[in-house]
Amino acid sequence: MCALCGFLGIEHWSDTDIVAPAAPVAAADPVARRRGRRQRIAIINQVLGHYALQLDDWQACSYLLSSRTGRTEIVEDPMALWAAAEAMIGRKLDPLAPDLLARLEADSDGA
Amino acid sequence: MEGPGERLPVSVLTGFLGSGKTTLLSRLLRHPGMGETAVIVNEFGEVGLDHRLIARADEDIVLLASGCLCCTVRSDLVTALRDLFLKRVRLQVPEFTRVVIETTGLADPAPILQTLMSDPLLAARYRLDGVITTIDAFVGGATLDRQAEAVKQVAMADRLLVTKRDLAPAPAVAALEERLRRLNPGAPIFAVAQGEIAPALLFDAGLYDPEGKTADVRRWLNEAAYETAPAPGHDHTHGHNHDHDHHHGHGHDQGRGPDVNRHDDRIAAFCLTYSEPLEWDRLARALDLLATQRGEDLLRVKGIVALAGQARPVAVHGVQHLFHPPALLDAWPDEDHRSRLVFITRDLPRAAVAGTLDALLRNDE
Repeated sequence: MCALCGFLGIEHWSDTDIVAPAAPVAAADPVARRRGRRQRIAIINQVLGHYALQLDDWQACSYLLSSRTGRTEIVEDPMALWAAAEAMIGRKLDPLAPDLLARLEADSDGA
Repeated sequence: MEGPGERLPVSVLTGFLGSGKTTLLSRLLRHPGMGETAVIVNEFGEVGLDHRLIARADEDIVLLASGCLCCTVRSDLVTALRDLFLKRVRLQVPEFTRVVIETTGLADPAPILQTLMSDPLLAARYRLDGVITTIDAFVGGATLDRQAEAVKQVAMADRLLVTKRDLAPAPAVAALEERLRRLNPGAPIFAVAQGEIAPALLFDAGLYDPEGKTADVRRWLNEAAYETAPAPGHDHTHGHNHDHDHHHGHGHDQGRGPDVNRHDDRIAAFCLTYSEPLEWDRLARALDLLATQRGEDLLRVKGIVALAGQARPVAVHGVQHLFHPPALLDAWPDEDHRSRLVFITRDLPRAAVAGTLDALLRNDE
């Protein structure tokens, strides 16, 4: 997120609650919000797992990105996540890489 | 025409050098229906000629101070659009209800669209009406052969205008139009001679308006244009059956040399259709991953999707690295309530995009 967007409180497009858009943030069900946040993390971990990385919630406002070698980094929002992951693994993270796709399909088939 | 809270439509007029952009614009600006139009042009190449030609038609001109409309100078575009809006509010310029940005022939239209989408203040005041691309009927084919920028201008268009058609032999025009249809199946093609075309065909003509107009979404998406036989080698063995409707760039141009059409070969246009409602979190993560990591080659993404837990359809629209916030539509435009996602990509094979989306859209929890 750029500084201006952060200052203005503009949320990332992918965080838009389009299923229940009318619910004001203060009135939103906190349990549902936590559940949604957990689900987002689980989806992202499907990809990160291929690179031996893991994402966890960090106090319900940020994310903790960690590697199996013990490196950790706090990530503020989705826009910063993939760049942080690339920096941690030291190479390009390609969502269309055949080996990633094979793993995602295998994970899904084995579920 | 526009209410106080409504955003002004912005049309991006692009096309390669000499393809007739300025002729078209000067004619359009003389049309009675185009009186309340502000024009932004680049100071690049034949800027003097451009300026003189359109200055006579409209006083609302902001000349960008530097070069081509690309990433390095898009702050100029931000400044120009902000200044224009402020002058409008202060009544320092005549009332205008739309903006046309004429790019240079070498411009990549993507950064212009991204500028409109990413700058918070611009996004609150303006909305993209569409990308209009001019192609010279006589030399357009050769330009597409040589210039990757021209291919991208065609691939990203919402409207394709074949200019100087009267100067080119009919078979060449037919071949060019067929090539344009393969590059960008969803964009209607119009013939233009001497810059003459009805503005209604180019502006407010069914392009996407996030504020509503459900009926327009069907024309905006135009996924029917992508429908051909499903691509071979891909079965439908999982919950959200999808079809891949159009793909091109692999040897369709019979009779051409192997290198002649190389820029076209990099472009793919296809529609993915999902019969079951999708989970927004999964779709958003998948599209965000694609946009973040392969956005440079994700030229346009448009879609109308059915989401689990949401009865109304949702429109999504992305340009390379950026996506508009999803727009909740009032109703489905027709009886087809399947999710449809149209992609125009460069060097992103349909099968790979579909495979990644499939894997991430599956609910295996």
